[in-house]
Amino acid sequence: MSGRSLKDLEPGQKARVAKVSGIGSIKRRILDMGLVPGSEIEMERYAPFGDPVEIKLKGYHLSLRKEEAENIILE
Amino acid sequence: MNQEITIALAGNPNSGKTTIFNNMTGARQHVGNYSGVTVERKEGSLKHKDYDIKVIDLPGTYSLTAYSPDEVVARNVIIEEKPDVVVNVVDASNLERNLYLTTQLKELGVPVVVAMNMTDMAEARGMTFDYQLLSQLLGVEIVRTVGTKNMGTRELLDAVIKAASGRSEIPEKQVRYSNELEEEISNVQGLIAGKSTAAIEAAPCVDSLLSETSDYLNRWLALKLIENDKDVLKKIESLRGSEKILEQVEKSQDHLRKIVGEDPELLVVDGRYAFIRGACQEALTYTQEDRISITEKIDKILLNRVLGLPIFLGIMWLLFQLTFTIGSPPMEWIDSGFTVLGEWISNHMTEGLVQSLIVDGIIGGVGGVVIFLPNIILLFMGIAFLEDTGYMSRAAFVMDKIMHRVGLHGKSFIPMLIGFGCTIPAILATRTLENNRDRLVTMLVSPLMSCGARLPVYTLLIAAFFHESVAGNVLFSIYLIGIILALMMAKVLKKWVLPGESEPFVMELPAYRLPTLKSVLIHMWERSWLYLKKAGTIILAASIVLWMLFTFPMVDAQGNKIASPSLQMEQSYAGQVGHAIEPIIAPLGFDWRTGVALVAGFAAKEVVVSTMGTLYSIEDSEALADEEEGSVKSFADQAREQSGYTPLSAYVLMLFILIYVPCMATVGVLKRETNGWKWPAFMVGYTLVLAWVVCFVVYQGGLWLGIGV
Repeated sequence: MSGRSLKDLEPGQKARVAKVSGIGSIKRRILDMGLVPGSEIEMERYAPFGDPVEIKLKGYHLSLRKEEAENIILE
Repeated sequence: MNQEITIALAGNPNSGKTTIFNNMTGARQHVGNYSGVTVERKEGSLKHKDYDIKVIDLPGTYSLTAYSPDEVVARNVIIEEKPDVVVNVVDASNLERNLYLTTQLKELGVPVVVAMNMTDMAEARGMTFDYQLLSQLLGVEIVRTVGTKNMGTRELLDAVIKAASGRSEIPEKQVRYSNELEEEISNVQGLIAGKSTAAIEAAPCVDSLLSETSDYLNRWLALKLIENDKDVLKKIESLRGSEKILEQVEKSQDHLRKIVGEDPELLVVDGRYAFIRGACQEALTYTQEDRISITEKIDKILLNRVLGLPIFLGIMWLLFQLTFTIGSPPMEWIDSGFTVLGEWISNHMTEGLVQSLIVDGIIGGVGGVVIFLPNIILLFMGIAFLEDTGYMSRAAFVMDKIMHRVGLHGKSFIPMLIGFGCTIPAILATRTLENNRDRLVTMLVSPLMSCGARLPVYTLLIAAFFHESVAGNVLFSIYLIGIILALMMAKVLKKWVLPGESEPFVMELPAYRLPTLKSVLIHMWERSWLYLKKAGTIILAASIVLWMLFTFPMVDAQGNKIASPSLQMEQSYAGQVGHAIEPIIAPLGFDWRTGVALVAGFAAKEVVVSTMGTLYSIEDSEALADEEEGSVKSFADQAREQSGYTPLSAYVLMLFILIYVPCMATVGVLKRETNGWKWPAFMVGYTLVLAWVVCFVVYQGGLWLGIGV
């Protein structure tokens, strides 16, 4: 299942981060928030309008837009 | 003699930093701005034992990169103002991510004391900490605190004093990065160390960053250069002879990319998180399995895909009702209070210029400032509650998809909604937006949401010129055009006026918690006081200027007193302005009388009606304001006869009132919030141009199509 990104995760599913693509401040922000390769994440839910999404990692909840979630490649 | 200590308070957003700050300093706080940026600077002071302690509350940040002005400000305060100790407030229930900032604070080489906050919540979630071990592993003093219960504040201050006097017994510890990265850091660091001494000799005040020759800062600078920090890069580039350093940086980055196949910044972030993971694995144990927390249970309902939106709208409705419905009686009291005061002064003073200045200029002006206070107090009570409970980020989560379409952030929704009540609290409510560009755009478009003061003008014009059967549709169309223009302008401003990389929406949804009364009250008081102090002075000054425009000259060219109020207004400076702008507004179907009314509308939109009443010599202005049938009819007749008004021109006037500069109070608040005259001037300019263009199109189009003529 290579090339799968966080965007493709259904609520309730868990996965591990393989790589963060993208450039500049967006990538850095994602990394700073703890989405480093190897960290385990769980998709919590989609917003009522389908975007953004909420995930759980390192014991806390984080929301990001699908366009950002696309940059987070899963193992 | 007391010794003086300066501490800086650092921490993630939602770590309870503000509560700790309030516990430390109580009411002894001062709010200002950092020069050049709109980041707020909060300071407080206290006495503990034999020490006078000054506390600088840094903006809440997750990291110390150059990601946002907040982060740059936070690290510059530490580097430039050199606090004796940095107190790092850490949310114990969210330890790993919170410690990420700690590792970066340590790299700046200042003594760090960690306030492990919310330990009660963490323990309730089954987390047990070995504080002593954690403190050894991280190389920092750790004090256990529960900010909401004011627990641990004294112990924290004791630890601060100990650290400030260098009596800490904790052995030094730093993040060790991978061997490859460490090697490159020392390569760059070596060059900087040679350079900075030379730089000081060349120009002693090039930058306080480089006047420091400590190993810590050199290592930090090297690290920042390798991870491509824009701010540090710019500072180094401006130095003479920095080419060598930059060459080495590029070489190091290339080398790292080649051996790990990843950007060097990943190595940096990864190194820090690995260091933290190691420490947490040893010093933190979970006594029970990660069960579903209360927050997760609440969010199952509040963020439900079906219920989420109705609940959000319901909460917004409550906030709106709280601000404007509950706020309305006290506003009326204030209004009648100032009226009574004005009447009392009128009766006890001889009629004349001084009396008119005091009653119409000053009391009118002060009243115009104070009248918004109930709205502002209530709104900020509501917003403080939403922020402190943690719902505010959920609101942004729900609304982001829609707001993002026009380039705004989910959090822009609340200020824009508040704008339907009053633009002033709307502009103040944009403070919840962290990103400066998003905040500016939201502030600039919120006046287009038609505020409550504009409503009586619309209803009067509609009553005078339209049949009852279409009244509702006419009014609705005005509001709708306002919303459409706001969304369009947001897109335009984002694209051309404030262009740049789109801001990521990477936002924490913090755990729900009960706000303390103290923090809500402090928040409310702070905002209201700032409004009175900063915006109030500008609003007062502007209202006196407007009073002068309408009062002078008091005599005609022959020096005779002018007979009627309408003639006086025509010959006043405001009247002259009205005549002067007539050629510009004539293509919109307006004559000079409308011009004068629009000038008056700058004080407050509701004044447009009474000004027109005076110009048309309608005696009973109160009956007109109350929309009594006879007065409305004679107003309509006079407007038709004297100014050639048609339903079309009345509609265009409504559009103009909707779009052009909301009122001087808004301009005053915008000046205060953006720290300068640039953006208020821009707002005045763009709304005038937009109003003219829209009205021109509608009027000429209407004429051409023969609608409403």
